[in-house]
This record gives sequence, structure tokens and C-alpha cells, in this order.
Amino acid sequence: MKRLMAVVWESWLPILLVVLWLVLSARSASFYFPPLASILERLGEEWFFDGIVENLVPSLLRILVGFGLALVVGIVVGVVLGLLPRFEEAIRPLLEFLRSTPGVALLPIATLFLGIGDGMKVFMIALASMWPILLNTIDGVRSVEPVLLRVASSYRLSLKHRIRYIYVPHSAPQIFAGARLSLAIAAVVMVVTEMIGSPGGIGYFILDSQRTFNILNMWSGIVMLGVLGYLLNFGFRLVEAHILDWHIKKNS
Amino acid sequence: MTTTPTPTVGKATGPNDALLVVENLGKSFGGHEVLGGINVTVRAGEFMCIVGPSGAGKTTLLQCLSGLTAPTTGAVTLRGERVTEPPAEMAIVFQDYSRSLMPWLSVLDNVALPLRSAKIGKAERTEKAMAALTEVGLKDHVHKYPWQLSGGMQQRVAIARALAYAPSIVLMDEPFASVDAQTRADLEDLTLNVKRHLGITILLVTHDIDEAVYLADRVLVMGKKPTVVVDLVETHLGPHRDQIATKATREFAELRSRVYKQIRRDDLTNSAGSIAAVG
Ligand SMILES: Nc1ncnc2c1ncn2[C@@H]1O[C@H](COP(=O)(O)OP(=O)(O)OP(=O)(O)O)[C@@H](O)[C@H]1O
Ligand SMILES: [Mg+2]
Repeated sequence: MKRLMAVVWESWLPILLVVLWLVLSARSASFYFPPLASILERLGEEWFFDGIVENLVPSLLRILVGFGLALVVGIVVGVVLGLLPRFEEAIRPLLEFLRSTPGVALLPIATLFLGIGDGMKVFMIALASMWPILLNTIDGVRSVEPVLLRVASSYRLSLKHRIRYIYVPHSAPQIFAGARLSLAIAAVVMVVTEMIGSPGGIGYFILDSQRTFNILNMWSGIVMLGVLGYLLNFGFRLVEAHILDWHIKKNS
Repeated sequence: MTTTPTPTVGKATGPNDALLVVENLGKSFGGHEVLGGINVTVRAGEFMCIVGPSGAGKTTLLQCLSGLTAPTTGAVTLRGERVTEPPAEMAIVFQDYSRSLMPWLSVLDNVALPLRSAKIGKAERTEKAMAALTEVGLKDHVHKYPWQLSGGMQQRVAIARALAYAPSIVLMDEPFASVDAQTRADLEDLTLNVKRHLGITILLVTHDIDEAVYLADRVLVMGKKPTVVVDLVETHLGPHRDQIATKATREFAELRSRVYKQIRRDDLTNSAGSIAAVG
């Protein structure tokens, strides 16, 4: 019953908006804003299941690999920099500079060196979305309770175990907060790089449909993008709830 | 030599042998001298309590003894070897128990973690951690997180972690300061039992003179500024103690007033000193 209430509470607004869209657009004659019913019809034809294989799966793989790389590199480099405060101070200006440069600004350079294939796309997604994870990991590692570090020394914990059982779990709530932001950035960069890239991918599909005045296809692609984003967020929350189990329970 | 799982001193040490020797130990923080030459010898198998006013440097002393902090002058030796980093046969129970346990690990994993770094296999790790948790009466709570337990139980987790490490000497920094009176008495008796059962050496810091006399074979009284040893009192209360009977004896009363006077006299000389300095 409680769960049901929670689901209702979470979904009333999206449902209301969709219904509004459905009703208000039902008799639309506008070329650019077709009725939602037609969009959904097209979605069924276009995406199930050819479109999913041709366009959704490639997009999904790119964002998963790119975001996965951002996670690994962000956490590893973040832990190292967090443990070496003097070194981190020395390169902080560089980090700040790189971080505040919008990731997509590097797109021209990336295409120059890596072309417009998957390598460039994954690289761009990883590079642009890595910063919140990296910076939050550094902060997390820095803020470990000094008493715990004394415990670690007095019980002669190895560096590997200090990282695995103290630094990383302590930083995990902050890393997840950063990763949530990173995932949003990754989705934006995914769409942008696909739009300038080669066929295969939701971003390309949307732009190509627009260029060929296939407005129904374009809208169906945008709806699929929303669905992809929702699914990614849902998966993220499942993983978070599992890993941060202790943190969620402790603070509830 | 039998291989019982009880952590006892492996090397040859009789009950009256010197285990930990502190020679002329001094510690200053940026010109501010906290410890001014501490001399004491801890015997293998004894229960020594350290009392002294707040800020006297008791925590600082334990940190120097354990090799967590380097002393400014003097030296600490354990079985004749100079202590420069935390020794493998020493465990510490910290003043701040709630912050000294990892909130993301279960009680069992908290206790077993040091054994992991000591390269002990999983089955043996679990067995040792379970034995220690059973010793402190927590075997039904091993899969909980520490913050799901009461303060007294958390402190028992910290004690179990020290015991599972199979030390020959345990340093405890005001371990019972933040629990209620009944829990405190229970934990005191638990500590006495464990010590008798495992034959370890314990060095325990406390503010509470009654607690010090009740637990200790010898009470080390710290005072003056910079802090030195003002008295070392042998209790002779025997190995078996009882919260009510022992505390009602004449010996107990005499011991506690002797320690109390030492601390008070020290307070008086201190304030006299500062009045003289002002005038
Ligand atoms: N890292 C440090 N840097 C500077 N001063 C310190 C440091 N650690 C301790 N001190 C100083 O040393 C003195 C003794 O501190 P310590 O914590 O050892 O006292 P204590 O006897 O354990 O007190 P309490 O009974 O309140 O726990 C204090 O004046 C404290 O300010
Ligand atoms: Mg202290």
C-alpha cells in the first residue's frame, strides 16, 4: 500500500502532462507539432524493433562505455589526487581550467584527431562527464574522519585496504552525487556527438529526420531519447540504492 | 605449546617481566611542552590505569606509546625493540568509539578488517572475528551496522576488534566515558574478564578515579605542567573484583583517597604557581 502510494505520488504529474499533450494536440494541423497519437503510432512502427537495434542500442552502448570510463578514470585519478594533496594543489589551476571549459568545445579538435566514429563519441562523453566524479572523489577522500585513519594505522591496514574499505566507501555518497550530474552531461554529449557523427544513434536519427522534413520520425526519436534517459536514471538509482544501502538507512 | 585460539603472548615473558618501557618521554607541540619526561615500565600481563586531569596529555601519551605519533624526546621500547610505528602485537581502543568504527561495514566486517590486511584467510578471519564478538557478548548482532547498536554495544564492537587482532597489549583511551553508569560497570567487568581469560596486558586511560582503582593492578597518576608521573600506586586488590564488594573494602577507600589526593595536590600546586606568576 505504501509502495503503491509512492508510485502514484511520483507519477501523477508526468501522466497528467502526457494526457494534456495527447488532448491538446489531438486536432493539431500544424506540420511541426503533429498529434501525439500520430507520434506514438510512428514510434511503434519505426522503433519496434528495427529502430531499437539500429539506433537505440548503439546510443546506449556509447553512453554506457563513455560514462563507465568517466567513472573509472574519475574515481582512480580522484583517489590518487585526494591522497596527494601537495600534488593536487600544484595542478589545481589546470584542473579548474579543464573543468570549466565546456566539454563540447573540444569537439572540433576531437573530430580532427579521432574522426567521427565511435572512438570520438565515447572519448567525448567520457571526457566531458568525468569532472563532477573526479572533483567529488577528491573532496570525499580529503574528508575522511581522522580517527578512522588512526584506526587504519594502528591496525596496520595496507594501502589497498585503506582505499577499498575506508577512502572509497567514505566518498561513495559524494561520488554518487557527482555521478548523477555526470550522467546528465554524458547524455547531452552523446546526442551532440551523434548529431555531427555518422549514422546509427538516436541523435543522428533525430537530426536526419528533421533535415528530411520527416517530422513524425523526429518527434518519435525525441520521445525515445526521453525513454532512454528515464531508463538510465532508473538503472542508476537501483545501483545507488544497492551500494549506498548503509548510507540511505543511516540517514533515514 | 598448544594451538588454542586464545590470543596470548607468544614469546617468553613471565608475569613480572617488562613489556613496554617508556624512558624520559617528552612531547611538545610547536614549543608548547605537553609531556615533560615520562618514565614508566609496563609489566607483561598487568592492568595499568592512567589517570590525570583533562588536557594532561593522556591521549598524547597513548599515541606516542603506540607509535602513531613520534615523541619529541625519549623513547618507547616494546620487548626491547624501539617503537616507531604501530606494532603488530598492539591494539588500540579509541576514545571516540562511534567514529572509530566504519559505518559502511557490518559489525563482523569491522572486526575482521584488520585480519584481512594481516593476510589471514577468509574462513579463519570469520572464525576469529566471531570468537571475539562472542567474547564480548555480541554474537547475535554481527550482521548489523555499528550505528544500529547502542553506545555500549558499539564500544564492545571496538573491543572485539582489538581482541580479534590477537594483541599481547591493548591500549584503551577513556573507553567507557560516554556510556551510562550501568553499561559502564558491565563493560568494566567485561574488560576484567577478558583480560583474565586471554592473559593480555592492558593500559587504560580514564578520568574516573574509582574506575582506575577498580580495574588496575597499578594506577599511574599524571600531573604537573608539563606532565610527569606524580605517583604509581600498586592496588593489591587481587584478580577477582566485584562492583559492590570490592568498592566497599577499606583498601579500596584508602587507594582512591590516595590517588585523589595526588591529583588534588597537583591541582593546588598548579594554581599556586599561576597565582605566583600573576603576582
Ligand atoms: N596535534 C596537536 N597539536 C597541538 N596540540 C595538541 C595536539 N594534540 C594535543 N595537543 C595539546 O596537548 C594537550 C594534551 O592533549 P591530550 O588530548 O593528550 O589530553 P588528554 O589528557 O587526553 O585530555 P582529555 O582527558 O580531555 O582527553 C592539550 O593541551 C592539547 O591542546
Ligand atoms: Mg584524551
